[in-house]
Amino acid sequence: MQYRRMGNPTAFLILTVVLPLLGACDAVFQGGSDGPRGAHGALDMGAQTVLLDGLLPEYDVTQPPPGVDPHIWRQVVIPADNPMKPERVALGKKLYFDTRLSKDGTVACATCHDVTRGFTDQRPVSEGVGDALGKRNAPTTMNAFLMQSLFLDGRAPSLEAQAKLPILNPIEMAHPHEQAALAAIAEDPTYKQMFSFAYGRLPNYADLGRAIAAFERTLVFLDAPFDRFLAGDTEAISEEAARGWVLFNGKGRCMSCHQFNPSNPIGTDHRFHNIGVAARKQNFEALASQALEALGQQGGGVQAVDRLALQTDLSELGRFLVTKDRADIGAFKTMQLRNIALTGPYMHDGSMKTLWDVMDHYNKGGEPNPFLDGGIEPLALNEEEIDAMVELMFALTDARFDEQNQRLFREQRTLAGTERPFRDTAMAQREIYPFEERVMGRVR
Amino acid sequence: MKRATIKSVETRYYEERDALMRGLKNLDRRSFLKLSAAAAAAALAQGVAFNFHSFQPVRVARAASGATADFTFAYISDSHLYKRDLNDRFVRQLLRAVDDINHLTPQPDFVLYGGDLAQLGQPLELELGAQILKNLKAPVRMMVGEHDWFLDMGEKWRGLFGESTYSFDHKGVHFVVLHSVMEDDFWTERGMTPTQRMQTVAGLDNGIQSRFKVGAEQRSWLENDLRPYSNDAPIIVFSHSPLYKYYRPWNFWTDDAEDVQAILARFSRVAVVHGHTHQLLTNRIGNIHFHGMLSTAWPWPYAPEGLPALTVQMNRADPFDPNDALGDGSVRVNPDGLVDKLYNLWNRNPVQVASAYLTSAGKTATPPTPNLKSY
Repeated sequence: MQYRRMGNPTAFLILTVVLPLLGACDAVFQGGSDGPRGAHGALDMGAQTVLLDGLLPEYDVTQPPPGVDPHIWRQVVIPADNPMKPERVALGKKLYFDTRLSKDGTVACATCHDVTRGFTDQRPVSEGVGDALGKRNAPTTMNAFLMQSLFLDGRAPSLEAQAKLPILNPIEMAHPHEQAALAAIAEDPTYKQMFSFAYGRLPNYADLGRAIAAFERTLVFLDAPFDRFLAGDTEAISEEAARGWVLFNGKGRCMSCHQFNPSNPIGTDHRFHNIGVAARKQNFEALASQALEALGQQGGGVQAVDRLALQTDLSELGRFLVTKDRADIGAFKTMQLRNIALTGPYMHDGSMKTLWDVMDHYNKGGEPNPFLDGGIEPLALNEEEIDAMVELMFALTDARFDEQNQRLFREQRTLAGTERPFRDTAMAQREIYPFEERVMGRVR
Repeated sequence: MKRATIKSVETRYYEERDALMRGLKNLDRRSFLKLSAAAAAAALAQGVAFNFHSFQPVRVARAASGATADFTFAYISDSHLYKRDLNDRFVRQLLRAVDDINHLTPQPDFVLYGGDLAQLGQPLELELGAQILKNLKAPVRMMVGEHDWFLDMGEKWRGLFGESTYSFDHKGVHFVVLHSVMEDDFWTERGMTPTQRMQTVAGLDNGIQSRFKVGAEQRSWLENDLRPYSNDAPIIVFSHSPLYKYYRPWNFWTDDAEDVQAILARFSRVAVVHGHTHQLLTNRIGNIHFHGMLSTAWPWPYAPEGLPALTVQMNRADPFDPNDALGDGSVRVNPDGLVDKLYNLWNRNPVQVASAYLTSAGKTATPPTPNLKSY
């Protein structure tokens, strides 16, 4: 990786002079320099489509993509009612970049899941129509097809179900109902034809969801230096990142939840954990009773959850809104670690700007709260170890985004050099324990 | 009761109570009646149906009025603390339980600590525990467990917390705290050091130690203690080990349980709340309702045999969550003198075992069973 620390002047020359020249061959992802940006900082939809075509070479979409276990692909990823077809992917792609899916024609899927911004919006929380702010950080659509549930609280069981919700959410894309969303595109003869080719039917909302899901199943970004390292190329990542990998599996305890294996190569256990991010500002017990009341009034369906999660402070309850199980209070889905460098700011509320902040949070054992997951405990990592783990995380970025990866590394490192708001060495080193200050008063 | 080492809320509570009791003994009949009448008037003025605060001469008042109970106490149990730098997970978990209970609104009338505060009876372990428990807002009632006792035969524990066997009245209910983890002397003959003795008792599945028992001396104390109470007086007994025979190799067992049950048999409303078993555990023998307490340190699996049929089994603890199947909880004492037991499981839905479930022998008020079967 280009930011590898080297004392060797020749290597330095190669890094600073030669590589940037070679970089011209890559798709260009320099912040702000890749074209005009529209609503909410998203790159122009046409420009995004062109960039995406450069990123994803043509392949037979009916076959398992490289890097994905073929059995998992056939038996788990592809649902029986939506087999992959090029026509479906083409329709989904058109819909993904179409701002008409929002009420005022300003927001497309690609606004908050932007090709040039790690398929997110790189903002703390997402902006919808009329600049309305949601309560949650946009997860990436890269490799989302490997997720067992969608949204940060897992309220959608599939990409198909996921795709249909933001279009109708009042502060995201704000169509009042399915028919309104369909009406915005259904008269377009191109769409009529594409729906017919894809599903042999007139445009309808269920197929719209299916098509977007089919397209998202082509967003496979599993080619990182880390993969070459695992395959035996010890030079593929820096020594520091390799030390980070040892810590990842050991002292850092990351592997307990962020599991990587050949059938699940994205680094998540697909479960929900309270790591205390939300605990800084919330009284969970009071919120939980409010939520039960609100869900009771609104029928408790997935759309009610969708609205409460994006529009109210009940968002902080996470998985509890879906299950009403106290065990899930303040619990959010373990996010994938693939391309994590591109998808900041971090956590469900985008409250952490850098991966150093994330490490600081885990290092001190999370934020003490009555629902804190049992696996979260102080890690006693020192600064070198934290650097190594951040280095490892930057080695999880797909090679196609190398340049953006390096730029973001520099930006994050600079920012972390000036502020580390979540660092608490006394907690991390177990001089103070979680709950101790609350229970025993200030003891340091 | 001698409690001088720590001036906690609990200590002050006892001192106040003792002062009142001493004062009562010195009262002549006339002043006593005056005091009782004043207490009764105060209670009536608050619109309370003779719910005397514990400092009031409850025993006398109860006999005179048939006062009823209606209150909640909380519990924390089996924290098994090592000294801080040896194992901090158990320390953090006890802190979490204290935090839980300090956040209860309204606060419980008192907090029962269910025994096994220390892992190996070390002074540092007990002192650490005492220091943490001092931060509970509600008064604490301490019970001893075998892990607290067998290093120095309770010397340190009694220094910190007072006698291990005692009783008190609270809002019309008579509470008895027993030391149910007495053992026959297995160590002298074998020439064991105190540490060896402690470690033997701390182990499961060993044939060296004897079984737990309340013992003849304590049983006769119990009989005397209960003598003034009529058969319909609500009685709640705290014991560390279950006062019945569940599984002998793990000392989930009290050897003279039948004798203790016989002493309690004449009462129509008796609940026994015990620690030691680290799991959801419910039993009923005659009129006696038995409730286990959760541990804050680790959950035990259910024993291979002897599990009481009424038990709502918690399913296997999640191996990826070291806090799973642990927790604290509370006991609601109803106006009828019977208790509802709440298991406040961390990271799971709480489980409430209502008195009606036990009185109906499991036919009604069945608590919701966990979604996974026990293993």
